[in-house]
Amino acid sequence: MNLALKDIRHSLFRFVLTCFGLGLLMTVVLAMIGIYNGLVADALAIVKAPEAELWVVEAGTQGPFAEASSIPADTRDAVARLPGIAASGAITYQTLETESAGKALRLYVIGYETGRLGGPSHLIAGREIGTSHFEAVADRKTGLVPGDTIRLGRDRFTVVGLTEEAMNSGGDPAIFVTLADAIALQTEIAPAAERVRAARGATPPSANNVAAVIARLEPDADVELVAATIRQWKHLSALSQSDQENLLLASVVDRARRQIGLFLGILLSVSAVVIALIIYTMTMEKLKQIATLKLIGAPDRTILGLIVQQALILGGSGWGIGLTLILLVKDNFPRRVLLEPMNAAVLAGIIVVVCLVASGLGIRAALKVDPATALGG
Amino acid sequence: MAIGDLLIDVQQVAKHYGEGETRVDALREVNLQVHAGEVIALLGPSGSGKTTLLNIIGCIVAPSTGRVELDGEPVFDGHWLRGDLRKLRLDKIGFIFQAHNLLPFLTAEENVSVVLDLAGQSQAVGKARARELLDYLEVGHRAPVKPSHLSGGEAQRVAIARALANRPRIILADEPTAALDSKRAQLVMDLLRKLAAEQEACIVTVTHDEKIFDRFDRLIHLRDGRLEDAGA
Repeated sequence: MNLALKDIRHSLFRFVLTCFGLGLLMTVVLAMIGIYNGLVADALAIVKAPEAELWVVEAGTQGPFAEASSIPADTRDAVARLPGIAASGAITYQTLETESAGKALRLYVIGYETGRLGGPSHLIAGREIGTSHFEAVADRKTGLVPGDTIRLGRDRFTVVGLTEEAMNSGGDPAIFVTLADAIALQTEIAPAAERVRAARGATPPSANNVAAVIARLEPDADVELVAATIRQWKHLSALSQSDQENLLLASVVDRARRQIGLFLGILLSVSAVVIALIIYTMTMEKLKQIATLKLIGAPDRTILGLIVQQALILGGSGWGIGLTLILLVKDNFPRRVLLEPMNAAVLAGIIVVVCLVASGLGIRAALKVDPATALGG
Repeated sequence: MAIGDLLIDVQQVAKHYGEGETRVDALREVNLQVHAGEVIALLGPSGSGKTTLLNIIGCIVAPSTGRVELDGEPVFDGHWLRGDLRKLRLDKIGFIFQAHNLLPFLTAEENVSVVLDLAGQSQAVGKARARELLDYLEVGHRAPVKPSHLSGGEAQRVAIARALANRPRIILADEPTAALDSKRAQLVMDLLRKLAAEQEACIVTVTHDEKIFDRFDRLIHLRDGRLEDAGA
């Protein structure tokens, strides 16, 4: 006879309600894990998308994500000619705000040379850019669809294709345009301060500069060797793909990542306390029944089983409800919620441990109950 | 009444709590023998030691000194002679409580069969025995009902069935008729007497209920932890 299940069935509504409450808490925990992963994945997505192995940037900078970088666009020709380089492409990045369907839309504009490295990694609708000007491929989170037009700077661009998971570390969705359009856009939308500077007679920024040149290497090429060669050009610096990823995580998203990580830690601690409190209260409410069971001869393992099984069922149900809810609503979050199976498994493991520890408190109280308390009404 | 086996043999049992100035003597050199078929009552004012004596016989509280033998087996002689007191209770002792203490999440039938389940009997055996006892106690039709839907008398009869489930030879009852009217109280006592005779068991009851005194073979009076009188 399974006393734990019988007791649950006896007060099913209350138990389900408790599980649901715990499930909501688990939803928040899973959402935070997902947001944490999403933040890291979003930040890295833009670095990983071109599938480059080498980033050539302005000397003395850690561009183009951690710091601004500006190098001549023809650097790409020089890099392409180096031994060990299989493919290369010049690329620009800039954030701008425009309007779409009457609403403000922040976009991360990526300029790339069509047919070279740096374009969208894959398309989910439409086609790639086929003309030299005024066509764009947008991330689906922009809300745009192929055929839509959108004003960038002074010109109107037609969306010809859609990609996904292309955004900057701030979560702004990306829009890909040709390098020529992107360079034009850089000067067209120069801030007022830049124009004042130009009016004073200062040297205007080069109209043919890009943020970086990315390169893919031949299979037998040594990335460090090629990078060292590039660094010999004093106006350039070279970073490997892993350097770029580490730099991005360490300098751009590190604070946000630690903030969310800390909040996640607090949330997990709160969840542990709540689970412990629920299980302890459930046990304390049953002390008289436990005393009766002990008096009629129930061994400790029966009492232990009653508490531990209920704790695990409660934790398991809360986890299941939490996982189901977050999978249902995760796409409605403004930022990407990225949940890996491993995250859910680790949370399940944590819940099992918390339930067992929490059961320990209840078991301690239950085992201390004097069977004599069952006597005397 | 024919005298049966000696089922409870309490010899020179004393129990005190605390030491020195705070010492309280709950029982002082109590001797008590109860035989199979006997139904006895422990009487006395509050604090006289009757519950302590019941707890000692029920192997819930250890005496300070003395010797206790249950169903021919020595269980206490200065210390417990068995480590598994719960198993001892499960096998030899049935308890009937003042407030019946049925488990609210089990049906009447399950409240009875749970004892056999704890004793390692199969579900079928437990169910059959529970049905048999509930039918015998005329509450068989209430077998699938939870305790919250039973009347006071029905709940008490289910509690009696639970106490008898594992065929114990010693039944300890703490104010078993306190929650019942006088007619039901006498019916319950008649039933306990009948069961004691049929199962060759003894019943030790703590009670204040004067209406049922005539249903006992002996009335044992306790005052200040001493046995005052043992008379029919």
